[in-house]
Amino acid sequence: MKFETNLNKIIIVLFASLALSACSTAKKSDNGSSGDVYTGKDTVEYLASGVPDRVFFATNRTSLTTASRETLRKQSTYLRKNKDLNITIEGHADERGTREYNLALGERRANAAKDYLMTYGISGKRISVISYGKERPVNPDSSSLSWSQNRRSVTVKVN
Amino acid sequence: MKKLITIILLFLLNISSSYALIEVDITRGNLDPLPIAVSPLHVDVKSEDVDDIKVKNLGEDISKIIEKNFRFTGLFNPINKEAFVQKPDIAHLKPRFEDWRLIKAQALVTGKLLIKDGKLKVEFRLWDLTASKEISALAFTTTPSNWRRVAHIISDKIYERLTGEEGYFDTRIIYVSETGPKNQRVKRLAIMDQDGAQVKYLTLGNELVLTPRFNPANQLVTYLSYFRNLPRVYLLDIETGNQEVVGNFPGMTFAPRFSPDGKKIIMSFAKDGNSDIFTMDIETRVVEKITENSSIDTSPSYSPDGKYICFNSDRSGLQQIYVMKADGSNVKRITFGKGLYGTPVWSPRGDLIAFTKVHKGRFYIGVMRPDGSGERLLTENFYQEAPSWSPNGRVLVFYRETKSGPKGKGFSAKLWSIDITGYNERQIGTETDASDPSWSSLLSK
Repeated sequence: MKFETNLNKIIIVLFASLALSACSTAKKSDNGSSGDVYTGKDTVEYLASGVPDRVFFATNRTSLTTASRETLRKQSTYLRKNKDLNITIEGHADERGTREYNLALGERRANAAKDYLMTYGISGKRISVISYGKERPVNPDSSSLSWSQNRRSVTVKVN
Repeated sequence: MKKLITIILLFLLNISSSYALIEVDITRGNLDPLPIAVSPLHVDVKSEDVDDIKVKNLGEDISKIIEKNFRFTGLFNPINKEAFVQKPDIAHLKPRFEDWRLIKAQALVTGKLLIKDGKLKVEFRLWDLTASKEISALAFTTTPSNWRRVAHIISDKIYERLTGEEGYFDTRIIYVSETGPKNQRVKRLAIMDQDGAQVKYLTLGNELVLTPRFNPANQLVTYLSYFRNLPRVYLLDIETGNQEVVGNFPGMTFAPRFSPDGKKIIMSFAKDGNSDIFTMDIETRVVEKITENSSIDTSPSYSPDGKYICFNSDRSGLQQIYVMKADGSNVKRITFGKGLYGTPVWSPRGDLIAFTKVHKGRFYIGVMRPDGSGERLLTENFYQEAPSWSPNGRVLVFYRETKSGPKGKGFSAKLWSIDITGYNERQIGTETDASDPSWSSLLSK
């Protein structure tokens, strides 16, 4: 069985990000449902001072908000400075979806973050992704707030 | 599980249903369950105790399991034994019908058993009290440790005789046992009899395991394991304990199920943010890609004839259910109602697809025809999903989670079952919290 290389994808994402960086209304185009993206700081940890480890997503969405892109740019700067560091990006979903779909959703969220880091020059070889679906909530309440905190991708240092 | 019970059909009388006056209609909710008397099986005095089995109580114990099975269907109303008027051995020879009718029973089950030379011999008879005649009888020999299965096989025979449908009592459910706090759940594969008895844990809980499913012969299980933090579909032989990764995929594989002939595993493979559906032939290891779409394609389930696959996709923007031919052609969306649809699973009868629906923050288990028509929602709750069919296509088992408070307080996950009539919703008792149930086929078939 054959698997495509990442190259095509990288190039496409690169163009896409160039287009987006020239367009400040990108947030509005997030399928119109970025309303329930968590924007607070609770649950957030830091890879280094000023470098948040996670970004948040809207319900059933995998697109990055402006704030998420800013966080990921900080991560890419940090990763460029620490060239020996490899990372895993964990993708997560909230508990309000079916288990199998949420596994796919988490994988897509982690890859959204990975793709963005790659457009900022971080080699895909340094990044592995894993989806936990809804299996590892950071906040175990059943509330809108906790669900928004659980819809996340988290960058974790591997070494 | 290969140690299949040996059933010797000695005599099977009057099975033509045209004689029977009593019958049970299972196609609608039963508001008037059939009163049935299950006499304790008479224990032959020549019986010997074997291992830890107390033969003296065995007749009573078997009758209790049969009663519990019947009560759980909602179709039968087992009569309290205190009202019984005849001794088990005499009733088994020839009941005094008028005495049993006096306590309002319409059907009577009698039987006797003998344990000798390490073998358990059982026979039972089913009597139609309205027509005053025997309508079914069976005798068989097995190893004494199989005595619970004896009770389930008797239950199946009676259910079949009275409803005209295949039974589902001599079956098992594999599920995920859950313990520990909500944000650090320990999950283990567990297997139990359909009635919750004889739980066995198949994994230790060292790694996260999800979505186990039986093969048609019930010896193999496919499931998702996070062994070494690599989420992959595994194949487990329940008898030997051998397990192996399915295929050699450079990314997460998940949502596995067997094909109806047991030869293939169908599953999703996720890479670079895209999940597609693949099959792998267990013997030849040949992998085939079934869907090719930039959307999430997951939760595939074959029709019982193997010609079609229903699956979950968000290619329209949000989660919906689709049906395609087994080669991936002719993809058709079948859900157009309000809300999201997931976890499609084809009935073993082929007539329906069960699903989970999410609408306005509520979760529903429902059924529809394979073309998407005739949608019926059976149960609504805060959270429930993952229906699995009883082998006769009449009952669904699924799991339900409660809403939890701060720090996950009050969280629980339990198995429930409901008839496709929408009646007879019941919790299935499990030692621990439980999720992701999968119902086996009939073990004695």
